[in-house]
Amino acid sequence: MNCKTWTWAAALALTLASAGCKRGSAGGGEQKAAAGNGPIKIGQTMPYSGPASAYGTIGKVEAAYFQKINKEGGVNGHTIDLLSVDDGYSPPKAVEQVRKLVEQDDVLFIFQPLGTPSNVAIQPYLNGKKVPQLFAATGATRWADPAHFPWTMGFNPSYQLEGRTYGEYIAKTQPNAKIAVLYQNDDFGKDLLKGLKDGLGAKAGAIVAEATYEVSDATVDSQIATLKASGADTFVNITTPKFGAQAIRKAYDIGWKPKEYLSNVAASVGSVLTPAGLDKSVGLVTVGYFKDPTDKQWDSDPAMKDFKAFMKEYYPEGNAAEANNVYGYIAGQTLIQVLKQCGDELTRDNVMKQAESLKDFAPPLLLPGIKMSTSPTDFNVFEQLQLVRFDGTTWVLFTT
Amino acid sequence: MVESAPGIHPTPTTRTGVPRWRTAAVVIAVVAACALPLAADDYRVFQVTLVVIDAVALLGLNLLTGYGGQISLGHGAFFGIGAYTTAILVHRFGFPYWATLPCAGAVCMVAGFLFGLPALRFDGLYLALATFALGVVLPQVFKFRGIESFTGGVEGISLDKPHAPLGLPLSPDQWLYLLSLGVAAAGFLVARNIVRGPTGRAIVAIRDSPIAAASVGIDTAMYKSVTFGISALYTGVAGGLSALAVQFVGPDSFSAFLSISLLVGIVVGGLASLSGAIYGAIFIQFVPNVAGDLSKAAPGAVYGLVLLLSIYALPFGVSGLVKRIASALPRRLKK
Repeated sequence: MNCKTWTWAAALALTLASAGCKRGSAGGGEQKAAAGNGPIKIGQTMPYSGPASAYGTIGKVEAAYFQKINKEGGVNGHTIDLLSVDDGYSPPKAVEQVRKLVEQDDVLFIFQPLGTPSNVAIQPYLNGKKVPQLFAATGATRWADPAHFPWTMGFNPSYQLEGRTYGEYIAKTQPNAKIAVLYQNDDFGKDLLKGLKDGLGAKAGAIVAEATYEVSDATVDSQIATLKASGADTFVNITTPKFGAQAIRKAYDIGWKPKEYLSNVAASVGSVLTPAGLDKSVGLVTVGYFKDPTDKQWDSDPAMKDFKAFMKEYYPEGNAAEANNVYGYIAGQTLIQVLKQCGDELTRDNVMKQAESLKDFAPPLLLPGIKMSTSPTDFNVFEQLQLVRFDGTTWVLFTT
Repeated sequence: MVESAPGIHPTPTTRTGVPRWRTAAVVIAVVAACALPLAADDYRVFQVTLVVIDAVALLGLNLLTGYGGQISLGHGAFFGIGAYTTAILVHRFGFPYWATLPCAGAVCMVAGFLFGLPALRFDGLYLALATFALGVVLPQVFKFRGIESFTGGVEGISLDKPHAPLGLPLSPDQWLYLLSLGVAAAGFLVARNIVRGPTGRAIVAIRDSPIAAASVGIDTAMYKSVTFGISALYTGVAGGLSALAVQFVGPDSFSAFLSISLLVGIVVGGLASLSGAIYGAIFIQFVPNVAGDLSKAAPGAVYGLVLLLSIYALPFGVSGLVKRIASALPRRLKK
């Protein structure tokens, strides 16, 4: 291409660019996505593809639940239109998709975007635009920070809350405990340990030994031996499934019989306690917050029956025995409660205001005694968890 | 070389030997690219920015794989290193954002060159595996707690969007778009000069026949390493731009799938074709979205199907098709 052509092209391009940019910056101002009398448009990103696609069922069960609500007449006469899009568990994709939902589809807010990395990535954008990032589906502790991120509210109970629950219970029931802790050396382990110490409060000195492991380790055998040697009579086992099973079995095999607490992420009867040995697991304590669809004790529970009937009618391809579907169903019910409270004032401000004003809301699939409450200064949806003890076949609730 | 594939007949050229249709097409493309903010809102501008950024990354990979014949399954790692370099320099050390782009490029070039020195002595599949290892390992390294104070661990780093300088009446999205476009334009010009010059001929000669190349005095190992370094530089600059555009870096942003996706981009766009980088970028940016819209149950299957169809229907990539049409058109018109 010769010089003349280039000069012409560049001149033309510059003119057009400057003209275009002026127009662009003048337009595209802030617009409030108020719903009027029409449907309430809600956006969501979900990992339907990629490494976390097993969680995609949460988006599907929520869409199915809103379909049921719409069929029954909607919320205050408004139907719900959930635009749930794939982000492949990729943060840049989540940013792109959320921008599309907000800027092109004019959604009122974003509901249950899934995954810690994707939520961190979209948080500054949504807060900058003052669009609610409501009930983010992640267990990290950073979502309850209304002072810095007033438009972001998480949903899952945090690991710190879980740790605090164990700490408070130990402080109350075993005032002279000598505690040994095994934890995974990452955010999950550290968050839970911090909660445990907070819960123990003045008794935090009762922790006589701490040991860590890396996800890449082969076993935790040597850590268990060290912890046993500390003479502790209480063992808090903050592990993921593989290491949870190893720790339970090893402690039993070397003749250590402490009171044992097991983190909820490793509390699966099928994939942790069975390989560890059900007889070796009797007496373990963990926490829960909603009813386990595989647990026989809820078979005749009306809420569980309703849930299973709903699955059959609205989401037959989904698995009614999967905990993620119960989770999504409860999150859907929570959103409907917020929208009911909104009445006809469907603005972003009011959605956030109502989400901050949940008072003892208890969808029936939650375990007895678990309630949701929020306030403008407290964005933690769950304030307490239920302790459960393993009896050799199932987790049994007990009161403290 | 695909650039002069058989079956493509001579077409009318200007004095410099470039076909007229190409001159016209390039002028139209440049004008359209600069005029984009005229027609599009901020979101579309942002989306096209991502395409431009991907195109820069693909350009780098195409130099290595398309022209050099070395398969890399780990360019996502260089994209990630570039992005983290920019993010860390801006966030922890308060660098101005524009100054981080050359740094991102330099860091990746050095990393690419050093990685290339030993690795490029492998051939074909072995090199592919070595680079794949890099792509798999790096997201884990970003999570490593020893450097967490720099990388932000699993939660990554959030950045502010740069505003237009000198009080220009541009939104941050528009400014970043023009910045990316400028970087891409410079990148294309440099790449064009490389592949048309002696370096490019050496690179292609090594691809076509390493023994013949060595026998005429080309230091094949050195050329391969340098190509790897330049390729990593392009991809690293693209990573730096993407950190600014997306305003976030995290280990999950640069999964092994990103590396595969880049390879898909250059093959679909057209190997050993500069314009192929643009077509490839459009493919990897939009096809996953379309797949997700078509099926929530199996977006991966839709993506795979589209990919299979493109490979079957476009053996020389999109750029091959464009060239074929463009060379056939004038002859049709004459008849």
